[in-house]
Amino acid sequence: MREVAAEFANPVMLYSIGKDSSVMLHLAMKAFYPAKPPFPLLHVDTTWKFREMIQFRDETAKRLGLKLLVHVNEDGIKRGINPFDSGSALHTQVMKTEALKQALDKYGFDAAFGGARRDEEKSRAKERIFSFRTATHAWDPKNQRPELWRVYNTRINKSESIRVFPLSNWTELDIWQYILAENIPIVPLYFAKQRPIVERDGTLIMRDDERMKLLPGEKALDKLVRFRTLGCYPLTGAIESDADTLEGIVTEMFTARTSERQGRLIDSDEKSSMEKKKKEGYF
Amino acid sequence: MNAPSDLKKFLAAQEKKSLLRFLTCGSVDDGKSTLIGRLLYDTKLLFEDHLSALEKDSKKFGTTGDDIDFALLVDGLEAEREQGITIDVAYRFFATERRKFIVADTPGHEQYTRNMATGASNSDLAVILIDARKGVLTQTKRHAYIASLLGIRHVLLAVNKIDLVDYAQTTFDHIVQDFADFSQRLGFASVMPVPISARYGDNVIAASARTPWYKGPSLLAHLETVDVDTDVVGKPLRFPVQWVNRPNLDFRGFSGTIVGGRVRKGDAVAVAKSGRKSSIKRIVTMEGDLDEAVAGAAVTLVLADEVDISRGDILCTPEERPEVSEQFAAHLLWMAEDELLPGRQYLMKVASATVPVQITTLKHKIDVNTFDQLAAKTLHLNEVGYANFATTQPIALDAYHDNRDTGGFILIDRFTNATVGAGMIDFSLRRATNVHWQALDVGKQSRAEQKGQKPTVLWFTGLSGSGKSTIANLVERALFAEGRHTYLLDGDNVRHGLNRDLGFTDADRVENIRRVGEAAKLFVDAGLIVLVSFISPFRSERRMARELVGEGEFIEVFVDTPIEVCMQRDPKGLYKKAKAGEIKNFTGIDSPYEAPEHAELTIDTTTAEPAELAAGIVRYLRDKGYVA
Repeated sequence: MREVAAEFANPVMLYSIGKDSSVMLHLAMKAFYPAKPPFPLLHVDTTWKFREMIQFRDETAKRLGLKLLVHVNEDGIKRGINPFDSGSALHTQVMKTEALKQALDKYGFDAAFGGARRDEEKSRAKERIFSFRTATHAWDPKNQRPELWRVYNTRINKSESIRVFPLSNWTELDIWQYILAENIPIVPLYFAKQRPIVERDGTLIMRDDERMKLLPGEKALDKLVRFRTLGCYPLTGAIESDADTLEGIVTEMFTARTSERQGRLIDSDEKSSMEKKKKEGYF
Repeated sequence: MNAPSDLKKFLAAQEKKSLLRFLTCGSVDDGKSTLIGRLLYDTKLLFEDHLSALEKDSKKFGTTGDDIDFALLVDGLEAEREQGITIDVAYRFFATERRKFIVADTPGHEQYTRNMATGASNSDLAVILIDARKGVLTQTKRHAYIASLLGIRHVLLAVNKIDLVDYAQTTFDHIVQDFADFSQRLGFASVMPVPISARYGDNVIAASARTPWYKGPSLLAHLETVDVDTDVVGKPLRFPVQWVNRPNLDFRGFSGTIVGGRVRKGDAVAVAKSGRKSSIKRIVTMEGDLDEAVAGAAVTLVLADEVDISRGDILCTPEERPEVSEQFAAHLLWMAEDELLPGRQYLMKVASATVPVQITTLKHKIDVNTFDQLAAKTLHLNEVGYANFATTQPIALDAYHDNRDTGGFILIDRFTNATVGAGMIDFSLRRATNVHWQALDVGKQSRAEQKGQKPTVLWFTGLSGSGKSTIANLVERALFAEGRHTYLLDGDNVRHGLNRDLGFTDADRVENIRRVGEAAKLFVDAGLIVLVSFISPFRSERRMARELVGEGEFIEVFVDTPIEVCMQRDPKGLYKKAKAGEIKNFTGIDSPYEAPEHAELTIDTTTAEPAELAAGIVRYLRDKGYVA
């Protein structure tokens, strides 16, 4: 992180509000202490995030005294893009991928931190820590710079950019242990609580607001659930759990038999979907 | 595991686990990916959804019939899945009761050697796979060599597909002997051969009943217990400053990660390059000040005195300082499609410092199959050489075998910004330590003042026949008539003397310009206005010449005459010869010309007479205050 702050003109930290972002932000606070991290936070808001996430986001920025930029793809809103009618693929493409590119262009950021980890998904296992993007934000998996030792080539031409993944070598378990050890605040959605849940296509969706229309025969029932991963609420599956403390979560993690991204509906759209999204500029 | 006490025990055990980073390498189809998939599977790190996806994929893409194809677990990129080869470095994570592991899965394909070096640079052990049916191959030697070059001291020799040779001990022994024969020169501290079948799991996790003759540990058992003795804490203190931490006027600290040794509050420290000394006043972290921090820790150090320190400096103990030198010898692995050009200026990044660097002598390249030293003028992709380097300013450096972080560097192309090479410093050249700049009483300033002019280089670049020499000659005549002190370096003339030994290959062109740049620098130092008339086709070399002299002492004049016009003029009949194939490497015909992007002056010889253009250049010098 200090490499980036020292070598780039205009870095930004992509803040997704999730647990990985929380850890990344905590590391940034430590890396620059007693100074504040010399870059703003950027949240790409699809307008379908859980309300508790938005609340947590605003409180966090205020508590830490950091500048928070929020970007919404207004064009997508005008086109009426939403996860129910447009499908998860189009929604993600327009409201996340396109929106992120818009925001990076708008502010002219030349380096962006992201909380992605190599253990999350197959194509991410090959991602560099400093991932080079062309002027159109494209990722060419065959044209990435070799990373030897801890020496990172940070040189770019005008309008090219770098995405930086400081948590590349962390696993999900590492994240939780660190949150526990450092007592890092996270969104309450990670803890088990009674929440209004609709079961749709085998996934437990929390009905966070009225925009989610119930299909015939569907009912929102209160269930004791929590989330292992957070995204747009209609695209994020809950798990039934009674883990309402960090200790409980880590215990549950240890015995877990499914991976966290299973609750993410976007990954199972099609084979190698994440790789396609990345070539298009998804984080 | 529900009771809180179990959790505590579990967490405590997690914290105590050591981390082993290793890489797997071998030839195509040796079964690397299958082995890693097997390790993930057998250590039960696969989640159910990954597993069901794997079963589906195995049926669709798999090459193992109805069995699970573990290789599909780790090949993530579409293209390579279709080709059936791993083309990049993939990092995997797993843990057992005793250790955590980060695996770098690296390709066996010959042209991707650079990725293997990348994986090796952060690994302590290499698992080298050999197909029991094929034995030791060229690539096996190459991989073993690169592993040793990058400082890996421990090897696990996995003789895979032992099932396909009927678990024969003689085959295994034969391969082990072959490997030992060539690898003894590589200086590995330990080599552990294990006969395995990644597909069926023999000797991967547990000893196999099908190899009763093998008495050693299983592959995983060895990985769990091997001592890779990476004692960086016991080494001398090295703290590369990444970032100067200045939140307000009352605080000035230096942030970075300790890459060697330890530091305590009150310790005396020195800045490696300047030699200035101070002591540690505070070791700052967000959780509060520390009394001591060791290698691996990211901290902010506050010194007792105001010492001039910036990013790129290294803090060390005063007794054990790194060498400070502008010349050193190093091994170099070339990682770019474009060949290395000795004499060209590259950027070198070592720890947090970035400096321009040149290869002064390429001593030899190394045949990685026989380990023979071969004479070489250049290095191509994936070749390894041994060379002397010169930086434009002194840097602090350690030998790579003493400290990977302060002895390993990357080379960056100044125009494409690509990482083109990886270097491992061997030793600094004494010459630099003992030859100091002689401080002279009469300086550039006084010589220039005596002549009443501001010394500068007027660098004319353009195609052959563009009119460079004609115009440069007219400019010099005009300046001389005004009583200015000048000197004209002309490409053709210099090639008869100073550069008589150089031809027209890209490498020689680079050296040609380097020498001329150095000569021009001396004349500028003498207070002269130097006119250089050289085709100088490459941007990098013109930039190098520019950087040899001070700010404002270099005026690039682009004589922008289209090639069609030059060919028409053809004052020396050279284009005719080049087109007839009688001259090779002729700029504009079969050798490239890179036009300047930010020349101070661009002149068009098709719309104005030479005398007019020369007068314009003299006017420019007057307007900018070079001559009164």
